[in-house]
Amino acid sequence: MIQFLSYLLNGISLGSVYAIIALGYSMVYGIAKMLNFAHGDVIMIGAYMSFCAIQYWSLPPIAAILLAIVVCTALGILIERMAYKPLRSATSLSVLITAIGVSWLLQNIALLIWGANPKSYQSLVSFGALTLFDGQLHITSETFITIAANIIIMIALTLFTGKTKMGKAMRAVSEDKGAAELMGINVNATISMTFAIGSGLAAIAGVLLCSAYPVLMPTTGSMPGIKAFTAAVFGGIGSIPGALIGGILLGLIEIMGKAYVSTELGDALVFAVLIIVLLVKPTGLLGKKIHEKV
Amino acid sequence: MSQKFKREPVKMVPAPSYGILPERDVLSRPVLETRNLGIDFGGLRAVEDFNLVIGKTEIAGLIGPNGAGKTTVFNLLTKVYQPTMGTVLINGRDTAGMTTVQANKLGIARTFQNIRLFGNMSVEDNVRIGLHNQIGYTTAAGILRLPSFWKGERQQHERALDLLSIFDMQDLAGHQAGSLPYGAQRRLEIVRALATNPSLLLLDEPAAGMNPHETEELMENIAKIRDKFKIAILLIEHDMNLVMGICEGICVLNYGRIIAKGTAEEIQNNPVVIEAYLGKQKEG
Amino acid sequence: MKYKKPSRNFITYAMVVVVFLLCELALSGAIDGFKMSRSLKGQLVPICVYIVMAVSLNLTVGISGELSLGHAGFMSVGAFSGILFSQFLLYAFPDVNLEIVRLVGALVFGGLIAGISGVLIGIPVLRLRGDYLAIVTLAFGEIIRNLINCIYFAIEGTSLNFGFLNPNIAGTMIINGPMGATGIKKLATFEVGFILVIFTLIVVLNLINSRSGRAIMAIRDNRIAAESVGINVTKYRMLAFVVSAALAGMAGALYGLNFSQIQAVKFKFDTSILVLVFVVLGGIGNIRGSVIAATVLTVLPEMLREFGNYRMLIYAIVLILVMLASNNPMLKSMLESIKGKFFKKSAKEGDQA
Repeated sequence: MIQFLSYLLNGISLGSVYAIIALGYSMVYGIAKMLNFAHGDVIMIGAYMSFCAIQYWSLPPIAAILLAIVVCTALGILIERMAYKPLRSATSLSVLITAIGVSWLLQNIALLIWGANPKSYQSLVSFGALTLFDGQLHITSETFITIAANIIIMIALTLFTGKTKMGKAMRAVSEDKGAAELMGINVNATISMTFAIGSGLAAIAGVLLCSAYPVLMPTTGSMPGIKAFTAAVFGGIGSIPGALIGGILLGLIEIMGKAYVSTELGDALVFAVLIIVLLVKPTGLLGKKIHEKV
Repeated sequence: MSQKFKREPVKMVPAPSYGILPERDVLSRPVLETRNLGIDFGGLRAVEDFNLVIGKTEIAGLIGPNGAGKTTVFNLLTKVYQPTMGTVLINGRDTAGMTTVQANKLGIARTFQNIRLFGNMSVEDNVRIGLHNQIGYTTAAGILRLPSFWKGERQQHERALDLLSIFDMQDLAGHQAGSLPYGAQRRLEIVRALATNPSLLLLDEPAAGMNPHETEELMENIAKIRDKFKIAILLIEHDMNLVMGICEGICVLNYGRIIAKGTAEEIQNNPVVIEAYLGKQKEG
Repeated sequence: MKYKKPSRNFITYAMVVVVFLLCELALSGAIDGFKMSRSLKGQLVPICVYIVMAVSLNLTVGISGELSLGHAGFMSVGAFSGILFSQFLLYAFPDVNLEIVRLVGALVFGGLIAGISGVLIGIPVLRLRGDYLAIVTLAFGEIIRNLINCIYFAIEGTSLNFGFLNPNIAGTMIINGPMGATGIKKLATFEVGFILVIFTLIVVLNLINSRSGRAIMAIRDNRIAAESVGINVTKYRMLAFVVSAALAGMAGALYGLNFSQIQAVKFKFDTSILVLVFVVLGGIGNIRGSVIAATVLTVLPEMLREFGNYRMLIYAIVLILVMLASNNPMLKSMLESIKGKFFKKSAKEGDQA
């Protein structure tokens, strides 16, 4: 029972990381209708930045996190301007391939700067662990902070898209780009803003992910990236609560599957559940139904 | 119009408009018969109590103001939508639960209001796709280039050119379908639908975007198609010259309900129809 | 006006045959100075494999219009079942020395099993559309990789022992879970690779230029119109998907038998993406383009070897620049006008390679 509780917390914690990454995917998909496969690698860059800040430049953890966020936000805007903006009118497949190119580019830049050897990441959010039930249940500070960060981000983003002018502009652009432009919304600025927010969140996710699983390599971001993308689709891509639910469920399924079914089959289980969900609800748990007009 | 329409008894003489039918159709089975057809879209009743009978070689018109539900009727007949009420009989067969593909095989073919050609393919290939179920050979024969492949391809080619010649389009066979002028695209859609060997052809605004000369030609061709292929045609059209000129029976739809049926003359003088199109005089 | 298809396909075949003959000439060393480097020699079979992968994926992505991100999954199914087949024959009948039978048998068996998994995966996948279909193919690719990591096969005399998540089975291990297949007798040759490429081209090009191929493309261009003229959408989407899977399986079998050991990791998501890049750069729906792109982009990293660690960086930058350039409206119209001067435009060129 206590064991189960521990898995549950681990699952929610991992799921929170997925949810934060999934938000980036989901927002970008909603607004630019593109699968941004480079998103996972922005996470990796964020993790490396905070790693360097601590290891080489001896900055305090808060400064390291802020640095990672600033760098990733700038990187997100840069990528969008350089690689995706010229392809606004191109086919979605061209944009997808370009995103893959960007992903390879980031991985190889990281490879050249930091090398292929894994770095052992020192947790930025370690304040000891909470021990309950006579030492049977350990809850690390990473778990707490990850879950707390997730909750704060979700609330902040919901308020942002619901209340602020920029947030409303985002929703308008994702609904109908042409109409939004006619209403005087600066579509390019809105898309840049979306990439900026998504990439900033990716930096936070990178720090949290590597604090909990402290191995850092140039390919660190790709698997969590794919899984978070799965989470976004799972919950209904384009929806903020969808990303939250999708992420948490995915984290839970992965941890529980590895614990109770089989360690080797954990990932297969995650993807199998995704497939089943999509077959029952083809646009994800909270996705909107699409009607085709004849 | 508020009065509830009585359900009409099914007549053996097909009568979309109480009669006026080519004599040859008397006593023959109607090609299309709908009984109390209707559909709800999540509470919104788009079409209801739609009763229509179309005879074997009849040209019938379906008219009504924008948003009356005309295209929805086409989508119901071709099983793009499954009706929530009533039945559709094609050549006497109930189509309940059928797919669009099965409806087409039963003998119903259509064109689309917003042209749906296979734009990247050649004109001839568009017609050949229409011939898919008419002249066939197996996939394996196609890959292995067996004799049945060559025979089938030759037959498809000849038949396609033959069909294109209805509209004098055989010389365009090698052109890309999407690059044709608008009117030619509409004509190609009709040819493609005819290629499936239908007994009922549904035309959704065939004259839209055509100039008066082209429309004139189209009218002649529609009559020609009926005479040559001995099929029934039901068309949606806003061009009243065309509708009144060639339709033997006309059915008027408003707010998803039939408000009048009859010959061109009857429809033109029907006060309910005039009101539906022009509004009540008091308000004007 | 006699019906005759343009001879564009002939050019594709001729190109492949000429390149093959040149390679053979270089391999034989008959002409002084016309030789092949060692590293390029090692790439010959992979080039054939990637051509088959790209052409078969183009059938799904270009001709059928379904974005598949899990093509490497079928490749790995083919690879491991092909290895299993050939290794089984090797151990079960050690006295009979028929390499070519083992190799061709492995290709056919690999293609068959991959085709069957194509049917099984196609049933759920083809109910979805667009990006959702793409993500589910990705998921299946990952599931296949994960499952192969849990599979154990060993041979004992002439009997085959199987274990799932259970490595404790008797006999000589052929497929060893996460360790992959080990001790493979290498069988793949460039010549068989060439034959497989020709076979793939015949299947795919003949399929495209037939009644079924037109039905597949009609569904891609306009599903509703295709249904309205009586084309069975499920059947033809499935046909394209399964043929594509089976060909990927054959490519996988050839690839697997080119190494003495191989793990499922080789066929992860990145491989699917790599093949997709070949298809997109070669031109969606353009079969000849896929052949050229697969060849050039498999050789290119080898050519860039002198750049050391920078080669994949250069590769990525080149990829992004090519995508940006090929979608630049100004460059596009310039290319079109150049093309227009040199080739007479034919209306049929769109889809045929």
